Amino acid sequence: MTVYRLCFILFLTGLYGVITRRNLIKIAISLSVMEFSCFLFLALIGYRDGGVAPIVDMADPVKPYVDPLPQAMVLTAIVIGLATTAMLMAVIIRIYRKYGTFDIREIKNLRG
Amino acid sequence: MMNPLIPLLVAIPLAGAFLTMILGRFITGIPRYMALATLLVLTFISFWLLVEGGTASSVYTLGGWEPVDGVPIGIYLIHDGFSALVLCIISVIGLLSVTYSISYMARYTSENYFYSLFCLMIAGMNGVVLSGDIFNIFVFLEISAISSYALVAFGVEKNELEATLKYQVLGAVASFMVLFAIGFIYWSAKTLNIADIRTAFSEGGYGINYILIQILLLTGFGLKAAIIPFHAWLPDAHSSAPSPISAMLSGVLIKAVGIYVIIRLFFNMFEITEGMAILITTLGALSMAVGVLLAIGQWDLKRLLAYHSISQMGYVIMSAGIGMILMARGLRSEIAALAITGGIFHMLNHAAFKGLLFLNAGAIEYAAGTRDLRQMGGLAKSMPFTSSTSLVASLSISGIPPFNGFFSKLIIIVAAVMGRFYFLAALAAVVSIITLASFMKFQRYAFYNKEQGKIGKEIREVPVPMLLSMITLAAICLLLSLLVLPGIRETVLAPATEILMDQAKYSSQITGM
Repeated sequence: MTVYRLCFILFLTGLYGVITRRNLIKIAISLSVMEFSCFLFLALIGYRDGGVAPIVDMADPVKPYVDPLPQAMVLTAIVIGLATTAMLMAVIIRIYRKYGTFDIREIKNLRG
Repeated sequence: MMNPLIPLLVAIPLAGAFLTMILGRFITGIPRYMALATLLVLTFISFWLLVEGGTASSVYTLGGWEPVDGVPIGIYLIHDGFSALVLCIISVIGLLSVTYSISYMARYTSENYFYSLFCLMIAGMNGVVLSGDIFNIFVFLEISAISSYALVAFGVEKNELEATLKYQVLGAVASFMVLFAIGFIYWSAKTLNIADIRTAFSEGGYGINYILIQILLLTGFGLKAAIIPFHAWLPDAHSSAPSPISAMLSGVLIKAVGIYVIIRLFFNMFEITEGMAILITTLGALSMAVGVLLAIGQWDLKRLLAYHSISQMGYVIMSAGIGMILMARGLRSEIAALAITGGIFHMLNHAAFKGLLFLNAGAIEYAAGTRDLRQMGGLAKSMPFTSSTSLVASLSISGIPPFNGFFSKLIIIVAAVMGRFYFLAALAAVVSIITLASFMKFQRYAFYNKEQGKIGKEIREVPVPMLLSMITLAAICLLLSLLVLPGIRETVLAPATEILMDQAKYSSQITGM
């Protein structure tokens, strides 16, 4: 149970970083922390103590297998996370070229 | 019955996006027609499914994985009364936006990227609406979200980049909340199929996890739908995007990936509890009132429209919430049905008139080169078609008969009064009046002010493809009000309400097949 709580604390740490940091790169890093806490949580859900890889051995089919579905989900989510991070980084680089700063306090054209 | 047309709704726009990107590199000028052809086929298929499907729901199992002992395995695509309506508005608004883009996007470069991302966004939205599997909803949600981040930033100027940054950071937080909630769901229920999750949850005994899942999902999809405490990104993103994309974001995207999923999950996946129903109703009423108050002071035309989107979506959420409260109390189910019907009807109407209003705003920007209402004036003479279609849309959104917005707001208010929510009914009426005032301001400053404004150049009416899509949408605004007539209402709106009200039916049709 403790590991799940630690995952949730990691998630909240990332959220705290997104809210309080002022540097765009640090915001992106905090988002990655949130993302990886989700992946860790999903991987831990499928884990079993003493489990083996879920490849059915016909000679001895009854074994404590780990759950393969969360692993498939994590793989899909990692690919999606890569796309999100790449997109965010591309935008941050463009912003640096236009504004000349990473500080979100100085990026405030849009108001009201 | 396996209907082979259902997966095509996702496959065709995906293939369209891929081919547009590749062929557009070699043949200039072809991407726009490929996107147009893709959307035409999608419109045809979605209407065919709506007409042919009728009240029956059809399920498509990807890869042909049949349920084992009544437990569904594999990924399910589900087409029922509610998703059919949302699919139709996605295709129609998408088709008209592409038609409009043919002229509007001529000033931008990289045409093939634009149309490719557009098709990708459509594929994601169709996937979210069709999916009967909660993890698949997340995957398609991200497809549509990432392509919309890129489309908002399409101009790559200062404002666009700032808007897309806000949109991306808040969108990513929302996505991770949804992913975390999916993890909790799998942990508790050991399944990802929405119908199967419902069966598992109805046995009860999940306690605090159950509430945590609901809160995480409501926050995640609430951020996507821009309900009021989570609305900060919407006015920036919707006003900075190119106008056809604003029409897609405001008209369709916040409904397909936000409102639709909230309604679907809270009616068909969770047991309706009174506490959660009251929370949803409160959030809806809050966004309805605060959204319109924020809209009054705006002078940027597209920003004003964006705040009105928040307010109008509040009507939909509030009426769904009223339906949930009445269902949770287990009494007067015919009034609950009326409230839900009103909400769904208002969602369709909002797609038509808000899409039209953003296209009008784009036309004004195209012709006059400004979005500031104070610099416009007297455009009614030089742009007669834009002026008259925007008048239709303004009257629709403010709820003036015989346009569609009047009937849906009337249904919502009547349902609120009959359900004894007098305060909410009065609030809805007052918000409608403030909306009318706000759109009178838009009409007066943009089109009917006496002097010519401060533009200082000759203004001409926009090109034919833009006019064509605006006039079609104005006609749709009028035609949608026919849906209230008895006879038409039973065939179009009633199946959607029925699938949401009859909670056992949704899961039994999937697990029982």
